[in-house]
Amino acid sequence: MTRGGALLREHYHGAEWQEPIIMELGRPGERGVVPPAVEPELEAERTDALAAIPEGLRRDTLPGLPELSQPQVLRHYIRLTQETLGTDVNIDLGLGTCTMKYSPKINEVIARSPKVSALHPLQDEETLQGILEVVWRFSEILIEISGMDCFSFQPGGGAAAIFANASIIRAYHERQGEAEQRNEIITTAFSHPADAATPATAGFRVITLYPEENGYPGLGALRAALSDRTAGMMATNPEDTGIFNPLIREFTDAVHAAGGICSIDQANANGLLGIVRARDLGFDLCHFNLHKTFGSPHGSEGPGCGALGARADFRDFLPVPMVDFDGVKFRLEHDLPHSIGRVRSFLGNLQVVLRAYAWAMSMGPDGLRTVAETAVLNNNYLAHKLARIRGVTIPYAPGKYRLQEVRYSWEDLERVTGVTTDDIARRIVDYGVNNYFTSHSPMIVPQPFTLEPTESYSKDELDEYAEILERVSSEAYSTPDLVKGAPHRSSVAKIDDAVLHDPQQVVTTWRAWVRRGNG
Amino acid sequence: MSIHPYIPNSVPEVRDDMLRQIGAPDIGSLYREIPDNLKTTRPLDIPEAYLSEYDLKRYLETILAKNGTCDEYANFLGAGCYQHFVPAVCDEVNSRGEFLTAYAGATYSDHGKHQAWFEFQSMLGELLEMDVVGFPTYDWSTAACSAVLMACRLTNRDQILVPRNLSPERAQHMRSYVNRAASIVPVEFDRETGVLDLEDLARKLSARSAAVYFENPTYLGVLEPCGAVISDLAHKHGALVVAGVNPITLGVLVPPSMYGADLVCGDAQPLGVHMQVGGGLCGFIASHDDVRVMSEFPTLFETICRTERSGEWGFGWATLERTSYDKRHESRDFTGTSTGLWAITAGVYLALMGPQGIRDVGESILLRARYAMTRLASIKRLDVPVLKAPGFMEFVVGFPRTGKSVEEVNRELLQHGVFGGLDLSASFPELGQSALYCVTEVTSKEKIDRLVASLEEILE
Repeated sequence: MTRGGALLREHYHGAEWQEPIIMELGRPGERGVVPPAVEPELEAERTDALAAIPEGLRRDTLPGLPELSQPQVLRHYIRLTQETLGTDVNIDLGLGTCTMKYSPKINEVIARSPKVSALHPLQDEETLQGILEVVWRFSEILIEISGMDCFSFQPGGGAAAIFANASIIRAYHERQGEAEQRNEIITTAFSHPADAATPATAGFRVITLYPEENGYPGLGALRAALSDRTAGMMATNPEDTGIFNPLIREFTDAVHAAGGICSIDQANANGLLGIVRARDLGFDLCHFNLHKTFGSPHGSEGPGCGALGARADFRDFLPVPMVDFDGVKFRLEHDLPHSIGRVRSFLGNLQVVLRAYAWAMSMGPDGLRTVAETAVLNNNYLAHKLARIRGVTIPYAPGKYRLQEVRYSWEDLERVTGVTTDDIARRIVDYGVNNYFTSHSPMIVPQPFTLEPTESYSKDELDEYAEILERVSSEAYSTPDLVKGAPHRSSVAKIDDAVLHDPQQVVTTWRAWVRRGNG
Repeated sequence: MSIHPYIPNSVPEVRDDMLRQIGAPDIGSLYREIPDNLKTTRPLDIPEAYLSEYDLKRYLETILAKNGTCDEYANFLGAGCYQHFVPAVCDEVNSRGEFLTAYAGATYSDHGKHQAWFEFQSMLGELLEMDVVGFPTYDWSTAACSAVLMACRLTNRDQILVPRNLSPERAQHMRSYVNRAASIVPVEFDRETGVLDLEDLARKLSARSAAVYFENPTYLGVLEPCGAVISDLAHKHGALVVAGVNPITLGVLVPPSMYGADLVCGDAQPLGVHMQVGGGLCGFIASHDDVRVMSEFPTLFETICRTERSGEWGFGWATLERTSYDKRHESRDFTGTSTGLWAITAGVYLALMGPQGIRDVGESILLRARYAMTRLASIKRLDVPVLKAPGFMEFVVGFPRTGKSVEEVNRELLQHGVFGGLDLSASFPELGQSALYCVTEVTSKEKIDRLVASLEEILE
């Protein structure tokens, strides 16, 4: 490739296998694998063993699973992988708020060793010293990054960690005898929906503050929402717009003065590593998504880990067990006096913690700062290029730098062409990139799209991505139907969007599809 | 600053060029919106990097070598996380970078991922004989919590009946999760057989009961034979039946939908996912095809549909309006990044096993558990099984007459290269010094014989 202009893959075409549903494949009698052989000495008991199943519980008809030989199962699934664009395949910066970065292969090699995969969570602690050491060492790193005093790795994802933090806030006020009175959580409209949904699930009334012109809520609006009913604030900073609320310390001080607790959602902390610490912003509780900022692969929607950080005065409320170190041995602490209990079975996704630790140890202090700086550099570079594309606007805070991401708008383009952000999301797939993320709810920014070019993308790739958007913008103005009818060169054609919003048309299994007469 | 292999734009000349184009004098200026007094003034005090992946691997392998694994020891631990045979194709598929590093992308770029999710739901639906299977959640416990909360909303009631022989972890999880919406009423179990006490259940059911939750197999291993009676009792009181099930039993056992369950939950980890210290868990919720019930699912739904191209399958996340992503402050439950990779893996497992494989594995487990119980029962003063009803792959072994505590026995077993059963003496004191043993299709006769020989020596 020449260094002259940006690459544009005009002849890209996604794999298009027209692969049948697996339930349609195979022939009766085929099988893909044989379970371990039963020793002859055990065989004699087969009839009696089956006869011992209580009447009415014995399954006489085999389940209607597909019957395929091994090569056919493998081929089917490999075809499906070819019809999937992971970060390993595409310039995956379109999934803003998801921090799609490189997940190093060496970390996979380490984490897939039997020394990790063949561990049972209830083994004697003596035989878990290696993995517990990893957890403890990584928590020391997160303590340094966040300024918090302790970490729990039990939550299985970001939302679970936010739910745990909401539960801790409730338990804290219960302990103070104020739980009945303090039943309100304050969040912001540009925080992740889980910052509203999980406190609501935990029984709180949730107040949502909306942004002012500069992109974040005003101190006046916060003060108006605070009262003796305030249990706490649960919000992100920077918010989904990539705008950092510079009044955050005034916010946390005001919440504390009203008797509330402050919890920050740091799912997307990529621009802040080594720059800003949650504790210095006045927060009592925080969480990091190890499958985002810390390089563990996203795994087609998990497994992930929401690492939950707390100041020392909240340690007794954390989920159990916690990993502790007495100077000689690593051990599990099961008794915390005010623990909220559990948010996931056993110890959480420790294989994710291991990958995150490996990632952090491949970075060190300089590397982590380079990650943050490069993520912010890449983001502002891309924003600088996109601001020049016809039809793109960047709502809020004009002329100000953003941190790790930007929520852009195609409002101007849509008004003129009728082409929507969803249309463009489908069209860019024709150039070999993921259909980008538009926005979380509520969709305050009209025709939104959210890009987060983490440290993993080269300048050439950023140029290519901008080139794609410039081309699609141009298509929208010149040949809008081309964009509206997209994708044209992907694994699959357009779906009637109404189907995805109609409860009557939801069909989650093949058996339901067939029973409804569609087969 | 050194050039990092994972960070292309760490090259100084490239950075300078980008900064010049932006019009920023230096990197620091990009952070000018953050007040200086909020910025960290010193470098992070963490260990220096292993810049070479070779050095990193050696460092971590040294730490991980301190672990003792279920491959190295003869393992008899289960209790919610299970050591099973994992076909190589399962690992091949979940190692593929396309699946491993995909995330929330919609069907237009990630058609294959969406199809694989739908196929997981479909194959699990066959195992469960239920038409609706949601996108997976974190684990069985989370799935059980969400399912009973669904029952509360569907019945507009606020009481959940759960067996007292529930896993203590799951009971604790339920208290953490549902206590704002419902009270939890424990139902006794028969101390002789281990099955649910139907009289106690009948006594405790009322017009407040939203759901009866029970499991098959029960936490202490025995099968619950009276599912139909439990369902009838619950339904007579207007309560829903939520059943938890281990899917690996379903080649030899009928699924809970056959004895009246309205909602079924469980964990797909036994289906081709490595234990990973408990990191392989993958919860699921299933129901019958009823729009009212489906509207209360907190999870995502992968739906099948048609595209604009004739004969082509399409897939997509359906009715996100239901979920916490859209409902925000009106949510009564939540969802988020869960265990999509394990769902895909469980789908691969079920496709490989097929109907005969899943039957074979179930029978193999029954045979091995029977052999283990028979052999253990031959050891003097050992009570096997403590709970007498027929079971599947777990059973309680009693040590009260041996003169040793489970803790002592397990410590000695460790020296013999054996992970003994889970100590129940603190969580179920009424069973005395007892332990929950687990046997699967990978628990060879040789391992069972080794356990028996070790116990004979220890208890001599």
